[in-house]
Amino acid sequence: MEPVIEFKDFSFKYRAQTEPTLRDINLSIMPGEKVLIVGPSGSGKSTLAHCINGLVPFSYPGDMTGTLRVGGKNPSEIGLFGVSQIVGTVLQDTDGQFIGLTVAEDLAFSLENNLIPQEEMFVKVDEVAELVDVKNLLDHSPRELSGGQKQRVSMGGVMVEDVEVLLFDEPLANLDPATGKRAIALIDQIQKNRKSTIVIIEHRLEDALYRDVDRIIVVGEGRIVADASPDELLVMDVLKEQGIREPLYITALKHAGCSISAEDKPQHIETMKLDAYQKSLQTWFDRAEPKEKKARSASALTVEDLYFSYVEGKPILQHIHFDIKKGEMVSIVGKNGAGKSTLSNLICGFYKPTRGRILLNGEDVAPLSIKERGEKIGLVMQSPNQMISKPMIYEEVALGLAVRGVPEEEIKERVYETLKICGLYPFRKWPVSALSFGQKKRVSIASILVMNPEVLILDEPTAGQDYRHYTEIMEFLKNINENFGITIIMITHDMHLMLEYTDRAIVIADGHLIADDTPAKILTNEQIADKAYLKKTSLYDLAVNCQIDNPSEFVERFITYERKQRAAEGKENPENG
Amino acid sequence: MKSKFGIKEVVAIGIGTALFVALTEIQIPTPIPNTYLQPRMAIMAFLAAVFGPLVGGLVGLLGHALGDAMFYGSVWWSWVVPEAVVGVVVGLCAAKYAVKEGGFSNTKTIVLFNVMQVIANAAAWILVAPVLDIVIYAEPANKVFVQGIFAFLGNIIIIGILGTLLCVGYSKIGAKSSSLSKED
Amino acid sequence: MAKILSYEEKDTWIHRLSGVTKLIFFLLWCVVSMMTYDTRILVLMVAFSLIVFKISKTKWKQVGSVFKVVMVFLVFNVVAIFLFSPEQGASIYGTRTVLFHIAGPYDMTAEQLFYELNVVIKYFTIIPTVFMFLVTTNPSEFAASMNKVGISYNVGYAISIALRYIPDVQGEFTKIKHAQEARGIEMSGKASMLNRIKSTSSIIFPLIFSSMDRIDTVSNAMELRGFGKHKKRTWYMAKKLQRNDYLTIAFTVIFAIVALVFTFADGSRFYNPFL
Repeated sequence: MEPVIEFKDFSFKYRAQTEPTLRDINLSIMPGEKVLIVGPSGSGKSTLAHCINGLVPFSYPGDMTGTLRVGGKNPSEIGLFGVSQIVGTVLQDTDGQFIGLTVAEDLAFSLENNLIPQEEMFVKVDEVAELVDVKNLLDHSPRELSGGQKQRVSMGGVMVEDVEVLLFDEPLANLDPATGKRAIALIDQIQKNRKSTIVIIEHRLEDALYRDVDRIIVVGEGRIVADASPDELLVMDVLKEQGIREPLYITALKHAGCSISAEDKPQHIETMKLDAYQKSLQTWFDRAEPKEKKARSASALTVEDLYFSYVEGKPILQHIHFDIKKGEMVSIVGKNGAGKSTLSNLICGFYKPTRGRILLNGEDVAPLSIKERGEKIGLVMQSPNQMISKPMIYEEVALGLAVRGVPEEEIKERVYETLKICGLYPFRKWPVSALSFGQKKRVSIASILVMNPEVLILDEPTAGQDYRHYTEIMEFLKNINENFGITIIMITHDMHLMLEYTDRAIVIADGHLIADDTPAKILTNEQIADKAYLKKTSLYDLAVNCQIDNPSEFVERFITYERKQRAAEGKENPENG
Repeated sequence: MKSKFGIKEVVAIGIGTALFVALTEIQIPTPIPNTYLQPRMAIMAFLAAVFGPLVGGLVGLLGHALGDAMFYGSVWWSWVVPEAVVGVVVGLCAAKYAVKEGGFSNTKTIVLFNVMQVIANAAAWILVAPVLDIVIYAEPANKVFVQGIFAFLGNIIIIGILGTLLCVGYSKIGAKSSSLSKED
Repeated sequence: MAKILSYEEKDTWIHRLSGVTKLIFFLLWCVVSMMTYDTRILVLMVAFSLIVFKISKTKWKQVGSVFKVVMVFLVFNVVAIFLFSPEQGASIYGTRTVLFHIAGPYDMTAEQLFYELNVVIKYFTIIPTVFMFLVTTNPSEFAASMNKVGISYNVGYAISIALRYIPDVQGEFTKIKHAQEARGIEMSGKASMLNRIKSTSSIIFPLIFSSMDRIDTVSNAMELRGFGKHKKRTWYMAKKLQRNDYLTIAFTVIFAIVALVFTFADGSRFYNPFL
């Protein structure tokens, strides 16, 4: 059989760059195979994907050497449109890919471009809508859809063309865990039913492995550094070297001193052979330290019986009640559209509650204006690009003080101090555009911190970041939380984040608060996890399968152990970012 | 002169028009009664400078017609057409501004952009708009010329400040940053 | 954000007409309304617009808030015309019938009142048709039909993209505005003009830059799905012209010709009751 995608001694250099982004790539993907490509940001995995779907070299020009065949043909000869008949791409940004005004039109988009007569389109659109389960949404506009639904429409929109290869560019990036799981299951089903070749680019390895893949390819610094079956790969050290997070249950077993082998079938925790490791895991659990309990008394932010609705009788939030103590780091979780952002909008004063009170240090904030609240409660938006409005770093961080009429001298002092805290002082004279995404994120946080807020609310602080950047951002937040006593609230659907960095999670589902507990307890409670579109952590399954009697305590101890380890590493290597 | 009509241009017109329409009701009052600066003009000038006359002209035409219809329930064609004129004229020198390539930073380019926008606005609001108002709507000449002059002044101010800032800012993003060094 | 006019699905014969038909009607209607100052035709057009508006079952609450805005403009314009040119009516109609003296050079003449009445009527010939057009035309079908009247599908699709992303851009605008307000940037009317420009730019900068990224993403997505491959394209939402469409178009064209011939028959676009 001929491979459907074949790279031979392939290298690629973007026109604007001096160094090649991809070097000596040798890779064959056979028809019907399901391949997962992993690698950190900047490793070249996106460029590899662009070579497969034709955006390289047609939209991003550059120099290629070696050979590349897609569907047995040379992409340079068949052009981008030729490649797009063979490879269908589902982009990470589902809002950008959703071009049509309604679901049906978006599904039909490429048929329209291929001059398919209208009657035929109706039939094909119906078929594919059935396949991706959006049949009852055909006349909906993108505004009326959830992230998961939009992604299913994107899948349908490329499958409508009978392409041989389906390429998924970070399909999990914008989805809550339960929806992500469903997406992976749907991809698996499509491969089985249509015998398509599937290529998934993703750095969330554990979530992507929810269903079997044939091979995992690891890309690092422009080269392929590993190409193996999942069972083989998971026992190697290459993931750690490349800064890709291995599944948590594998990490836990490694902490317990187990040396796993491919014969144990480590790809899925549900079916992994664990008999040999039960004892060492139990021993590790008994020895591991339990979590320290921190006693906190003073309230920072209190929400009392909060209700909100745009239209009477259709409440978005109901009876929300919680009390966040000074110096806590708390996550607010729940599926997309559950009311999390509405809650932060209410706290910041953009909306007025229909009923109920919000207290800061025991005082009602209702009389304060947005600006006055902004001095005490800082809001950091998901993307730094939504906040940064000055070309220079210094000006951006100084903005909040400048508009408050703080004297020039004091501004300079406070901005420099904040930049030092944020590790940005050496860059103080740089334009924002010269920074990496993670650094920009720190600029946007610095521009809020400079006003000395007591509470910091961050919306999805790590969305779309790979493990290294994720760790960088989160360690930074932890640092300002611990050393400067700032209370931090994070709105997220990243389970790792809530588990590893917060002591408490407030769970909101369909406008109700359904849990307020430690993340370990929430992520080991199937009922709550289901309702909030989270999923149980694999550590829970590991503990259960190894007959550990208190799974949530096991999770707790694992996290404590990891935090200690990171703190020790941090001391060895104080340069942060 | 860039006049290609490819996918980028189609999308730039679409999203540019969406921006123009969405910003229709964002108006900055001036000391002159009932005269407002329109930030949407700066956005159109920016898009024209980046993408050229075709994108600039169509964003002006479609954006003004759709925006007026959706927000104000009427379409004044005598003010829609001049809007397109501004977009086209500002966009004529798009290749020279080289906004995306980082060229929009020296005084020469900034002056050129502003000369073009003043010419564009003069042609649109002191010539085209009043003439159309007189010919089509038989409005009094002195009234429409005074209106035209106010529109002209408002638009050269907003494009001159905000439009220039946008171009400079966006150009900086595209610029190379190899000359930077960290300082302790 | 203020309420803007948008499509609402209903089942009337006006809703069922193709977008092309309604576009042709709307454009020709605008042309006639612009050209003629014949009061009899204008009154006829207002009556007809109101009937069409009624048939389309458009509810007041769909258009009420926008209507109020237009009225403010209308009043402002009428007053401005009078202040600038109180003799415009007299010079058009060639007679000068003073009703009463106001102050200084300002006399109220019957001719001026009549001229301004015509200006007001002109507004009312257009407003109901704009409302009707926007609330009864399915945007998807509209983009498809642009192509049919000979407009390049590139332009048709650009309009479709505009309509698709207006709500997204508005949402993003509000989000950015909130975040900047929390940082202390004030948008209230009290600030000076220069400060207002500054604060507006703090919203527009992020908005523009994220829109530029969006342009790249969307054009990649479209290219990957074959947009621009052929000189033509088909449209999922296209509607074939029905009998009613042809009748409406025929009626519109005939009406336009008759109205214009009638207007200009005496060599002037004005109907002059003062002769």
